[in-house]
Amino acid sequence: MRVDIMLEIKNLHASADGKHILKGIDLAIEAGEVHAVMGPNGSGKSTLSYVLSGREGYEVTAGSVAFKGRDLLAMTPEERAGEGVFLAFQYPVEIPGVSGTNFLKTALNAIRNYRGLPELDAMQFVKFVRQKTKALGITDEMLKRAVNVGFSGGEKKRNEILQMAVLEPVLAILDETDSGLDIDALRLVADGVNALRSPERSMLVITHYQRLLSYIVPDRVHILANGRIVRSGGKELALELEAKGYAEFVAAA
Amino acid sequence: MSAPSPIVERFARQYDAVKAGLPGAELGWLADLRERALAGFVAKGLPTPKTEAWKYTNLNALARLPFVAAVAAENGVTAAKLPRLLSAKADSLRLVVVNGRPRPDLSELGKLPSGVTITSLAAAFKSEPALLEGRLGTFGAMPDMPFAALNAALMADGVVLRIGADVSIDRPIELLYLASSAGEPVSYHPRNLIFAEAGSQATIVEHHAGIGDGAYFANGVTHIALESGATLRHYKLESEGAQAFHIANRQVRLARDTTYESFVLANGGRLARDEITVVLDGPGARCRLDGAFMARGRQLIDNTTVIDHAAPNTTSREIYKGVLDDQARGVFQGRIVVRPDAQKADGQQTSRTLLLSPGAEIDTKPQLEIYADDVKCSHGAAVAEIEEEALFYLRSRGIPEPDARQMLVEAFLDDVVDQVACEPVREAFRDVVAGWIGPKGGA
Repeated sequence: MRVDIMLEIKNLHASADGKHILKGIDLAIEAGEVHAVMGPNGSGKSTLSYVLSGREGYEVTAGSVAFKGRDLLAMTPEERAGEGVFLAFQYPVEIPGVSGTNFLKTALNAIRNYRGLPELDAMQFVKFVRQKTKALGITDEMLKRAVNVGFSGGEKKRNEILQMAVLEPVLAILDETDSGLDIDALRLVADGVNALRSPERSMLVITHYQRLLSYIVPDRVHILANGRIVRSGGKELALELEAKGYAEFVAAA
Repeated sequence: MSAPSPIVERFARQYDAVKAGLPGAELGWLADLRERALAGFVAKGLPTPKTEAWKYTNLNALARLPFVAAVAAENGVTAAKLPRLLSAKADSLRLVVVNGRPRPDLSELGKLPSGVTITSLAAAFKSEPALLEGRLGTFGAMPDMPFAALNAALMADGVVLRIGADVSIDRPIELLYLASSAGEPVSYHPRNLIFAEAGSQATIVEHHAGIGDGAYFANGVTHIALESGATLRHYKLESEGAQAFHIANRQVRLARDTTYESFVLANGGRLARDEITVVLDGPGARCRLDGAFMARGRQLIDNTTVIDHAAPNTTSREIYKGVLDDQARGVFQGRIVVRPDAQKADGQQTSRTLLLSPGAEIDTKPQLEIYADDVKCSHGAAVAEIEEEALFYLRSRGIPEPDARQMLVEAFLDDVVDQVACEPVREAFRDVVAGWIGPKGGA
């Protein structure tokens, strides 16, 4: 195995509610690479993101996923986060009663604990987060409010990117981060993501539309249809898809 | 009719033994009130599950215990042993009541603000009986409130608090009701009266706790009257000992343009029932009745409230939230009545319960009785388990599952604790919630 492989998915089959959704996914992402997975509704995009992040209710029936050479599927969701996996949710969850600050601080210190780093105290935390919030246009007032409660679609997605910036993952999975965003919000979110690109950090960008990929330019593009990757290519594949539509690729599956 | 049950007979014998020596025994009207109350209690007996208001709260365990009257001298409570709810910065005035009797020697009342008086009920029977006559209620005719009738028969002492007209006090007045129990199961029946005179503003914090691990029965009744324009914030923490039976009955009357805010936080006792009746008796009267309860093991916590909109343009808001673990049981009975001439009444009630274990159980009974036509009233009840989606969200951010569960439970309860407007009390209640949930981070 090559040491610079961040994520290696082999022949991954998964089902939910007894329904076979992923039917043999093969995908390898190297450190520092950004890969896009594009596909029509129902192709298995969200299932892939949930299987990688460890959500309950998804059964892996065959195949393997290695993350930095270790068996990702054997880890709990919190262990995956500690190891550096981050999922930006398509529908960020509202948590009434938990303030954004408390949530971020608890998460950051849990992960620092996992990584053997000392916890940040309240002062250090505020200083650390303030650098990150500014660029994303997140106000102190937003952080005082309960997580995602009453947030607009754009605020929720910016909040996801803030969490990513604070938790500093090595593998970020962005599940339809562009959905529900107007062009200004999209640009803000994409700028936030691009600022986090680095040679040590890989990203898996899951999207229905090409539009996001104009802002977050991928190294590789994969087309997912009926639970399989039916075609892979460079960034120009997204443009080809935009021009032709999914029908041709779905038929090929 | 069947013969009285042993516990009813026992209380009747106790009454016969002590009545001549009860404070105020020399007052004819009081002796008469006690007689009628006892007769009512004996005639009706303990409620059974067939009594509608007691359908979900089974009293068998209470009925089995041979309670004796608590005597003032038996306890060895010292100031050092007293639990302290509020931080020093709250600068509260504190009255300590042990086994139903005020203990000035343990209290910290300092110099009361002018216009505020605190006396014991026993002293008030001597010094101002006219104030009390007609205000104590026999409860004998109220089949749903047998324990209030028992209290009327056996009440020996309690707290009489007056906030004078237009007096406004910022410092919370803390009433620490302590049970000292060791050997035989004791019972006591404190009777409290709170008068908030016109235009006054005050904050009261009741804290009920036990010292010692014995069984006891705290059976309190509190009358509260707000005169026009008064505002009273009334917070209660029920944290009785593990073997305690706590039954509290509160009668609140609100005159015109008054504001009454109540919050009951309950996590103690083997069986705890908190009954509140609020009568919105003047136009512009408004009340908040909120609460949070937490129970585990085989505890039962019952909140039974009646909000009576008896005048037009009255407003009520009510939110109760509970968390039940193990085999614990919760009861919420919330009745809202709107009388025929209470037009423009506005009442909203919500109850939400989180069940943490398959053995836990909640019985929720919202009741709206509306006899006026131009009103706004609603109620909603929900019972749920921890949301898997929220749990996964927290875990996906690296928060270990047990911590994530604790966070969600705490958030569920803090959401209602936030209704507590008085900051030191809100902070103290949040700490109680966090303490019940347990230490974080596997500490």
